[in-house]
Amino acid sequence: KLLYQLLFIYDHANPLNITVNMEKLIQCPVFSLPDPQWYPARQSIRLDPKGKSLKDEDVLQNLPVGTTATFYFRDLGAQISWVTVFLTEYTGPLLIYLMFYFRVPFIYAPKYDFTTSKHWVVHLACMCHSFHYVKRLLETLFVHRFSHGTMPLRNIFKNCSYYWGFAAWMAYYINHPLYTPPIYGEQQIRLALIIFLFCQIGNFSIHIALRNLRPPGSKTRKIPYPTKNPFTWIFLLVSCPNYTYELGSWLGFTLMTQCVPVAFFTLVGFIQMTVWAKGKHRSYLKEFRDYPPLRSPILPFIL
Amino acid sequence: MASSEEDGSVEEKENNNKKRTKSAVATAWLTFYNIAMTAGWLVLAMTMMRFYIQKGTHKGLYRSIARTLKFFQTFALVEVGHCAIGIVRTSVIVTGVQVCSRIFMVWFITNSIRQIQNEESVLLFLVVWTVTEITRYSYYTFNLLNHLPYFIKWARYNLFIVMYPLGVIGELLTIYAALPYVRRSGMYCMRLPNKYNVSFDYYYCLIIVMLSYIPLFPQLYFHMLRQRRKMLHGEVIVEKDD
Repeated sequence: KLLYQLLFIYDHANPLNITVNMEKLIQCPVFSLPDPQWYPARQSIRLDPKGKSLKDEDVLQNLPVGTTATFYFRDLGAQISWVTVFLTEYTGPLLIYLMFYFRVPFIYAPKYDFTTSKHWVVHLACMCHSFHYVKRLLETLFVHRFSHGTMPLRNIFKNCSYYWGFAAWMAYYINHPLYTPPIYGEQQIRLALIIFLFCQIGNFSIHIALRNLRPPGSKTRKIPYPTKNPFTWIFLLVSCPNYTYELGSWLGFTLMTQCVPVAFFTLVGFIQMTVWAKGKHRSYLKEFRDYPPLRSPILPFIL
Repeated sequence: MASSEEDGSVEEKENNNKKRTKSAVATAWLTFYNIAMTAGWLVLAMTMMRFYIQKGTHKGLYRSIARTLKFFQTFALVEVGHCAIGIVRTSVIVTGVQVCSRIFMVWFITNSIRQIQNEESVLLFLVVWTVTEITRYSYYTFNLLNHLPYFIKWARYNLFIVMYPLGVIGELLTIYAALPYVRRSGMYCMRLPNKYNVSFDYYYCLIIVMLSYIPLFPQLYFHMLRQRRKMLHGEVIVEKDD
């Protein structure tokens, strides 16, 4: 992907121009790009070819430029909004799992079509799995505040393959006519359900706490701290407790279903979330001098 | 003050020495490793040639070199370690994929499915692997000794153009030949019901493996082609940096 060099001459002396920020500048008729289909979300403008992208809120006056400003432009490729990606990747597992639960034809042997499992844990698992993804969909619509509006288009294919593929793989075995319920029976299922619900509430509490850190429409970043909600007290030990609780939920679900594909999904998710948590933790440390030293990225004291 | 300055510089020298000795150890190990591997694959090549000249057929050839092949191909796993700790500057993933596909062929196909050991496709990929590995390891050896004859460099960056596709053909034909035996014997299969609530069918796994060559082979092939352009023609390639 090529980098274009743009030259923009603006008059430092003219006070009307000084407070122009990048978002407004891009829409200014003077600022014309080689290809008109490069809508703002696709544009990466930077002051240094190898540097970081300038943000929409950056104001010309505060940038290290003289009376002429040289910007470098890069096309980020087709973009898609985070909300769209999240809604698509979460609706898939919800519907796919239900297809396996209701034993839609062509999945299992024809004599099992539209039958239901005789194990009550299978019904419970369906409720938990569906609840989890409904919760995620509602959070995407009403809770989350995204700092980036968009991501590259190819991500939707990658993400959907991951979520939809794993959902199908797990659902196939859990809802299979030859499914074997957990060895330790009711005790195991009850414990698993408690862990699952506890972590779901925890995860939701963290999402609410993170939302409240940021006023609507702003993109400020602040250190999250424990609130009155006991589920947020984990902030004392962990930078990204939403991932911690997510791991806990899936461990609960693995225990509940006693199913290797679920364990696998939990493991892969854990590895990915650890990578994200470490990155977030590092950027917290870089951005805030007074960041609490006791915190670990995802697992208290361990990771 | 003067003494602390001295201490500082002595410490720095020690650190530099440590870095230099560390990379000297690494270089020594890598040189030994690459010489050993070149020798190993040369032995394999000579054993194969001798067998074919003496017996006039390739039947039984695999059995005669099976142990040596397994030893040297499995030992190549350390190369993933080399990339991981950084003494070799190659991507861990690329090396990992290549070594794993070899290990898979040797241990999970030719070793476990005896009926296909005398197939012509096995001979094909054995020959390809031998030629490729001898070229590759001798290239690394000469590189480490800072005395690289041009013909080795030429061989490394040109032979693959023919060897790679031939090797893939040999491997795919071998897996394809193994399919009926796998299906009949039901080897490596896990059926429902079981307490882990999972099933595994080696037959379908092999089909997926064969299909995975479609996206993977072009990527590795074009990676080698790009390396070739860089090393032989010194072209400045515009790198995609995201």
